[in-house]
Amino acid sequence: MIQLDQLSKRYGALQALDGVSLNVPAGCLYGLLGPNGAGKTTCLRILCTLLAPDAGSVQIAGIDALADPRAAREQLGYVAQEVAIDKILSGRELLQLQASLYHLDAATSRRRIAELTELLGMGEWLDRRCGTYSGGMRRRLDLASGLLHSPAVLVLDEPTVGLDIESRAALWQVLQQLRDDGTTILLSSHYLEEVDALADRLAILDGGRVIAEGSPESLKRDLGGDRVTLRVREFATPQEAQQAQSVLQQLDGVRQVVINRAQGHAINLVVEGEGAALLDRLRQQLEEASVPVFSLAQSRPSLDDVYLQATGRTLMDAELASVSSRDPKAEKKQAMR
Amino acid sequence: MTVAPAAQLSQETLALTKRLFVQLQRRPSTLVAGVLQPLIWLVLFGALFANAPDGLIPGGVSYGRFLGAGVIVFTAFSAALNAGLPVMFDREFGFLNRLLVAPLRSRYSIVLASVLYITSLSLVQSLAIMAAAWGLGYGWPGGAGLLVVLLTLLLLVAAVTALSLGLAFALPGHIELIAVIFVANLPLLFASTALAPISFMPSWLGWLAALNPLTFAIEPIRAAYLGQFSLNAVVLEAPYGSLTAAQCLSALLILSAALFVSIRPLLDRKLS
Repeated sequence: MIQLDQLSKRYGALQALDGVSLNVPAGCLYGLLGPNGAGKTTCLRILCTLLAPDAGSVQIAGIDALADPRAAREQLGYVAQEVAIDKILSGRELLQLQASLYHLDAATSRRRIAELTELLGMGEWLDRRCGTYSGGMRRRLDLASGLLHSPAVLVLDEPTVGLDIESRAALWQVLQQLRDDGTTILLSSHYLEEVDALADRLAILDGGRVIAEGSPESLKRDLGGDRVTLRVREFATPQEAQQAQSVLQQLDGVRQVVINRAQGHAINLVVEGEGAALLDRLRQQLEEASVPVFSLAQSRPSLDDVYLQATGRTLMDAELASVSSRDPKAEKKQAMR
Repeated sequence: MTVAPAAQLSQETLALTKRLFVQLQRRPSTLVAGVLQPLIWLVLFGALFANAPDGLIPGGVSYGRFLGAGVIVFTAFSAALNAGLPVMFDREFGFLNRLLVAPLRSRYSIVLASVLYITSLSLVQSLAIMAAAWGLGYGWPGGAGLLVVLLTLLLLVAAVTALSLGLAFALPGHIELIAVIFVANLPLLFASTALAPISFMPSWLGWLAALNPLTFAIEPIRAAYLGQFSLNAVVLEAPYGSLTAAQCLSALLILSAALFVSIRPLLDRKLS
């Protein structure tokens, strides 16, 4: 349904996308996972014809979006990251405006607005001015305007950022229902659990490249081995962690040892084998090497481990690193015409 | 989607125009301020020069009657100069992106909506000022004169709207746009024949006034108010020669066309 082929985009010195290819099958809820600055928004902006790529091709429902952007837009509903609404208009007036921009006739417009009001629970406040809405209401209104023309493809850029838990759960449910009704959905997120719980398939984006692609289960399964998290103290110093790391690397059955700075220098291990026996063995080995143990926990691989495996750092670390290097001014300039 | 392209174009343009009018209706301060400011000019300047010696204004007209045409043009000019502001806010707050992901038949409907909105707004404000001037005893252009006034205002508004929309897409933000509007507004008024005739000015200012597009709008309207309007009558004694009403209006037409042509590549780039 969506085919991106070898997309590249550069902003000055920054290579935002470096040969991104994606294939989203029809009726699929597809997740685009990656830290801030990975290129997710750029990718979605190109898909939605807001931005021209330097190279590559975009196909939506068989339409070449670069050659015929207008036809592609008919197929697309786009829910942007920064919620742009007109504070003076009521939600209903905004939807009516949107309906006219998609050339719906009056009857269809009324019917769709009524349907979406029902689906998204907007009845109570739709006739109030948008300026009075909470974050959750705005997001629902935005989703409604993306869905108004019953698009074949729905694109959402970080739809749950800043939402309370209840609104987030409600949004997840709506998205799953839409997918079950046949809408193809592409959503970006930097929340692991979100993509893990929602997506049928996903691509992990990092530094403008796709570093992993598949269903959440297959990605985790392919990684193999169990994960063990060791804390030598509740908040260990880097030195303590490094000491423990050098001991752990010598142990049998330990494939990889990474210090997780975001978790107070906890140590993430990839180990062969499974089960409680493994933990017992490990605990014993640590005791022999006189490495203190504050806690030791075992888990199945997660999407974070998939990211860790591919990039050598956790998603949280990448997220923290990107926060300090973000340039809001440049980002605004990229978004502005 | 069986609607004809022309119907789609008018559907999207009307919806976008309606949005601007709903905004105006709920936040009428721009409308009110746009009438209030010229009204203050009219009353204060009218009073200031009420006792001016006879013969100050060529043709023996009272200063109030002289001033009326200038303030009417200033009203339309100020309103049109703000044409770019809604567009600029849409650019800055991302609303424009919402419009651009929609399958608009032509993205010029966004520009067209602004033009329709600002033209009607500035004409309404000008008519309010004309009514006020009439109330103050400064006259009213009869019959054909009213048509001349409206046509002249339309030409000026078109030119200034094009300029403002061009700035709205060229400048980085609304602070810069407001700064340009602020800086352009009063000097253009003073360097025109709105407040004083050219004969009254030092020669360098006379030259500026004679080249100022506001003057090309003011003088035909002034002639219409005096009831002596004819396309071939000389309405402006400029340092470089005499201009007829037809020449003034042609200059405005050419200016509007030139401005629309020159902002077109910018609009194409920003809206593509």
